[in-house]
Amino acid sequence: MATKVERDAVTGQDTTGHEWDGIKELNTPLPTWWLYVFYATIVWSIGYWVVFPAWPTLTDYSRGVLGYSSRATLAARLDQAAEARRGWTDRLEAAAVEDIAADPELLRYSMNGGRAVFADNCAPCHGSGGQGAPGFPNLVDDSWIWGGDLAAIQQTVRFGVRSGHDETRVSEMPRFGVDGVLADPDIGDVAQFVLSLTNRAADAAAAERGATVFADNCAACHGEGGAGMAELGAPSLNDDIWLFGGEPEDILAQVRSPRHGVMPAWEGRLDDAAIKMATVYVHSLGGGQ
Amino acid sequence: MAAPLVAGPVADEPPLYADRVKVYPQKVAGRFRRLKWAALGVLLAIYYLVPWIRWNRGPGAPDQAVLIDMPGRRAYFFFIEIWPQEVYYLAGLLILGAFGLFLVTSVAGRVWCGFACPQTVWTDLYMWVERLIEGDRNRRIKVDQAPLGLEKAAKKVAKHGAWLLIALATGGAWIMYFNDAPTVVGDLFVGRASLAVYGFVGLFSATTYLLAGWAREQLCIYMCPWPRFQAAMFDEHSLLITYETWRGEPRGHVRAGTSLAERAAQGGGHCIDCGLCVRVCPTGIDIRDGQQLACIGCALCVDACNGVMDRMGWPRDLITYDSLGNQDARAAGGTPGLRLLRPRVFVYGSLLLLVGAAMAVSLATRSTVDASVQPDRAPLFVALTDGRIRNAYTFKILNKARQPRSFALSVAGVEDARLDVIGYDSDGRTAELPVGADTVGSFRVLVTAPRARLVEATTPLTFIVAEQATGQVVEDETVFAGPGG
Repeated sequence: MATKVERDAVTGQDTTGHEWDGIKELNTPLPTWWLYVFYATIVWSIGYWVVFPAWPTLTDYSRGVLGYSSRATLAARLDQAAEARRGWTDRLEAAAVEDIAADPELLRYSMNGGRAVFADNCAPCHGSGGQGAPGFPNLVDDSWIWGGDLAAIQQTVRFGVRSGHDETRVSEMPRFGVDGVLADPDIGDVAQFVLSLTNRAADAAAAERGATVFADNCAACHGEGGAGMAELGAPSLNDDIWLFGGEPEDILAQVRSPRHGVMPAWEGRLDDAAIKMATVYVHSLGGGQ
Repeated sequence: MAAPLVAGPVADEPPLYADRVKVYPQKVAGRFRRLKWAALGVLLAIYYLVPWIRWNRGPGAPDQAVLIDMPGRRAYFFFIEIWPQEVYYLAGLLILGAFGLFLVTSVAGRVWCGFACPQTVWTDLYMWVERLIEGDRNRRIKVDQAPLGLEKAAKKVAKHGAWLLIALATGGAWIMYFNDAPTVVGDLFVGRASLAVYGFVGLFSATTYLLAGWAREQLCIYMCPWPRFQAAMFDEHSLLITYETWRGEPRGHVRAGTSLAERAAQGGGHCIDCGLCVRVCPTGIDIRDGQQLACIGCALCVDACNGVMDRMGWPRDLITYDSLGNQDARAAGGTPGLRLLRPRVFVYGSLLLLVGAAMAVSLATRSTVDASVQPDRAPLFVALTDGRIRNAYTFKILNKARQPRSFALSVAGVEDARLDVIGYDSDGRTAELPVGADTVGSFRVLVTAPRARLVEATTPLTFIVAEQATGQVVEDETVFAGPGG
């Protein structure tokens, strides 16, 4: 670019000598010390190369004389945090879940700590607030497949459902349709009976016939009136809460070829205190018994 | 319109950087200098003494009148105690400061810059020390030009030593606003204070020393954003430091004892071009060139010129606080008149009053209880086995009192709603919630209502908290979500 410095008559200042489409700029020099500050920051940055990890090499990187590593810092901070929680953790390990829920301090600690445990481990299936999803039970309502008191929840969290753990909870509903246990008309009838428990039967006669089928095949687990049986993991059928959907076709599908969810055992993955905190947290969501 | 450009005898490569021309302000006496000393004394006294004022808040609470307690998450100002949730008071203070600055600037120019800004106050203090040790302007110039000898070295060491001591006292006072003053001062001297305290003392000492000792007017000219836009607050009625060009020019030297009449006969103006106004200027400018960014409005040139005019026996205020409009009127032979009540003064003034009044009302009616409720969003509501609908809430009670208190929580807005609080007893209508002194109590609240009562998808719901001892009631609004229809 051509440099043609001119002097501006009004200000008495020189221009930079550059011109853009007729626009000229006055040259107002920066103070020299400003430039030196810039050089100083460059020198300062070289200090970083020396003391902190900076340059990649073929197989490694320059470590810096301070030996700093963000991973090591994080590990140290996590250890510090665990150490700071030690007092609480010890108390949680020594107490039964019922005692934790009865102690206001431990309850508050567990509700907060349990929220973190839940968000990290449980939320992917049960939802961020425990609201569940089709096939994954809602933990906020008061309907529990395996029981909703503290001991039952802890058992489920610790050992899981169909998890393969030695002490896992297991239940299996027979495949009435696929395995030919019941004929298709009977399955239709029993579905109408199940719908009648929540006053939704479309065919009263079929529901009448289905009552006998239900008593012979289903009541052993689900109870006479479909109230369910937490000891066997048999869900209640007489309310509006359905794990795999409550529409007629959902019920038919479940009788023909039931689906069974799996929940992992958290024993061994989470420490004792975390399992207890998660238990108390889930119990406190609203449905705890 | 483009400025006319004429080719001049200039270098081929213009310099991009300019060396600083060191300013050696000369000593001056007068009304504004006295005002500046008074402002300096008052402001420094406030800065250094306020942390030592005690204020009894009862046991367990800090007894320092003005304190920002970072680890305790509280700010104290005499009888006021601010929680982090009330940071809007800080915003209010900043807004008050801004409007105050705008108002003062539109009325009387850069009074803040010239008299009250910490950069001005500490620079003034540093210059006073400098003058005490190295002498006035001419002596200082001589000292700087002299080769390094014993005397020069002694003077420089003494000056920088004194500056560093002031800087340390400044940095030391700063951290007293964030720590208990007597404790932290004791800890500082025996080496028991935290690394953060030493760090901040060091930081503020270093910036004080650098900015007041070395940077000085460079800060105002190159770093501070305020001079760049303060001209927007000026109009032709703002009082500024002005030079009466109409009677000062043409300037020129005169012999001592010349009368004004003789001067007029020679065809000269009142300015005798002695240059004193330039020599006393802390930013080293010539006010006779007119309004400029580097003028901080300290009015020392007014004092300087008045002293000269008095010696000449000529009328004072050749350089004076006046408005540009007045100057034009005087130059044209008209009658000058001050116009202080102008629209912008009203606007800034009423905004200042409005914000100040709002803050005062809010502070006066500030409650020692606050409540906030937040409904669960996942799920918004849940249906129970018996068909009722339940919503869950996180409910917080801020107990700003210094003793533990008990609160009765109830809800209103949804008929036949049942209230439960996890971990606390409830009779279905109200629950007793204890909250410790000066803390926030957090509760998980469940509200359950028959579906028949919920016509809309959301129903307004009010959480009502009544303090047991005084009956003081605080409410917070939320909604109860349901399936609707």
